[in-house]
Amino acid sequence: MELGKPNLDVFAETLLELGRQEPNLLVVTGDSRGSAKLAAFCQTLPGQVVEVGIAEQNLVGISAGLTAAGKKVFAVSPACFLTARGLEQIKNDVAYSDMPVKLIGISAGVSYGALGTTHHSLHDFAVLLAIHNIDIVVPADNFETRETVKAALNHPRPIYIRLDKKPVYHLHHPDTVFQIGKAIVLSRGSDVTFIATGETVAPAVMATRVLTERGISSGVISVHTLCPLDEESILEAASTSRAIVTVEEHSVNGGLGSRVASLLLEKGIFVPFKMVAFPVEYMVTGSQSEIFAHYNITPQGLAETATRLLCSKQEIK
Amino acid sequence: MMTVAELELKSIQYRKKILSMIKHANAGHTAGSLSCVDILNVLYNQILNISPENFALYQRDRYVQSKGHSVEALYVVLADRGFFAESELDTFEQYQSPFIGHPTRKVPGIEHNTGALGHGLSVAVGMALAGKLDRRLDKVYVLLGDGELDEGSNWEASMSAAHYKLDNLVVIVDRNMLQITGRTEEVNQLEPLEDKFVAFGYAVRHVDGHSIPDLINIFKSVPFENGKPNLILAHTVKGKGVSFMENGTSWHHRVPTDEEFHAAIRELEQAEKKWRERYGAG
Repeated sequence: MELGKPNLDVFAETLLELGRQEPNLLVVTGDSRGSAKLAAFCQTLPGQVVEVGIAEQNLVGISAGLTAAGKKVFAVSPACFLTARGLEQIKNDVAYSDMPVKLIGISAGVSYGALGTTHHSLHDFAVLLAIHNIDIVVPADNFETRETVKAALNHPRPIYIRLDKKPVYHLHHPDTVFQIGKAIVLSRGSDVTFIATGETVAPAVMATRVLTERGISSGVISVHTLCPLDEESILEAASTSRAIVTVEEHSVNGGLGSRVASLLLEKGIFVPFKMVAFPVEYMVTGSQSEIFAHYNITPQGLAETATRLLCSKQEIK
Repeated sequence: MMTVAELELKSIQYRKKILSMIKHANAGHTAGSLSCVDILNVLYNQILNISPENFALYQRDRYVQSKGHSVEALYVVLADRGFFAESELDTFEQYQSPFIGHPTRKVPGIEHNTGALGHGLSVAVGMALAGKLDRRLDKVYVLLGDGELDEGSNWEASMSAAHYKLDNLVVIVDRNMLQITGRTEEVNQLEPLEDKFVAFGYAVRHVDGHSIPDLINIFKSVPFENGKPNLILAHTVKGKGVSFMENGTSWHHRVPTDEEFHAAIRELEQAEKKWRERYGAG
């Protein structure tokens, strides 16, 4: 697999292209243009940048007001602050008021690694999934990021796009069909399917290679859109695979895994199931990759998890 | 354009409708609506370039009611301005009615969904900023409660309003000195409020929030200073217009009993009678 750029870089480049064509596109930032890689945008299109300082509530509220008055607003702030400090504004001024603001949560999940819990966003799927009228997209690679940002410009509903910080592997052919709300099936496996989102998709893809060497047939679905969830692709995988493993850079509570688990149960599909996510506990110190490794979100770790799940099923038989 | 006398009559009639609505629904925020209704009367009948005809356009004035709990006053004024039939107000707070206890955009004429305090000012700042970016001349008005100023988000928004020199933004504070628990100065001291707003970069003016001519004059003198957001401290009386509701903390969201309701309506009818004696038929 070939390593690409950080998704944040692709976001910033795509936004600049779009901003050049669409004068109503505005970027609203909260003293985060540097970390959002927006220096080029700010230099090239300074009239399309609104700076609000370190004030996330105000950032979201102003973005809603600009949107009401006809602007196409990308509100950019670290995911940890945007979706916690600004949550009531997201709930009321964006989602409830039906303002199609594009909320961009940067350096999400545990991207900030050793900076600690204040800077982690492992709650954002849970809180936003419980709010009516906001779509949630978590791109896995540069292709998904570019397509998401392009689609977001004229997206008719409020949308939250979650981006990490580090360079990511290319996963998709540029001709792949991308649609918000439609998961991408990267590969199919009759033994186990990894249902993953965001930057956990790449280690899942690598895990399938480890499993192939062990004679286990595995597949991966990139669920880039958590809301609306592509139930069809998930149910299809669950009916053609013997087991399901969900993977996400989020708390075990209220994210992709719990959505998939409840979906399968409600549809009466009982397959061996394992949720790989972060336990609700005091977070270990380390870089993003070290934290991933600590919780077995690595090719080897995911392959082990899948193998154990399949073995335990055989034991039950 | 309506005369001052005609607007004064409207204020009396609006108050009767507000009380009838609350009595009919057996719910509502009584005193706050009576506190701000004269402001809404002047805005919608004399100042704002907002009508059912232009509401779908971007180029028009905007009004955000950040103190969303005083929604009864807004509904009554919007009905009078023809945004919807007045009979629809009979469904206020009823099952499946869009006329809920706080403003929502499901109701024609409502600009923004409010109800949680400390939200409207940031939204209005965004609207005013869009107007500046597009070099438009329309204005954005936002009504805040004084108790609402406890919310820190107002002060974040105020910094942005001054930073972007939003002299097309008109912030009105319904300064009735009361919040749900009691006097604002006892709950969480706001004063010296003018000094605070001046320090945050506003051009500040005071007005009697129940004087129709004074309200007209103050709104017509906007912008107070070029390059500064406008802030009007509207000195009001919570429960204004009904003697036994005025300045009482218990009326924040109390529904009058049958006896109280009839007494209140009688007082307002008396005021209407006085108006007719003074100005003729009306």
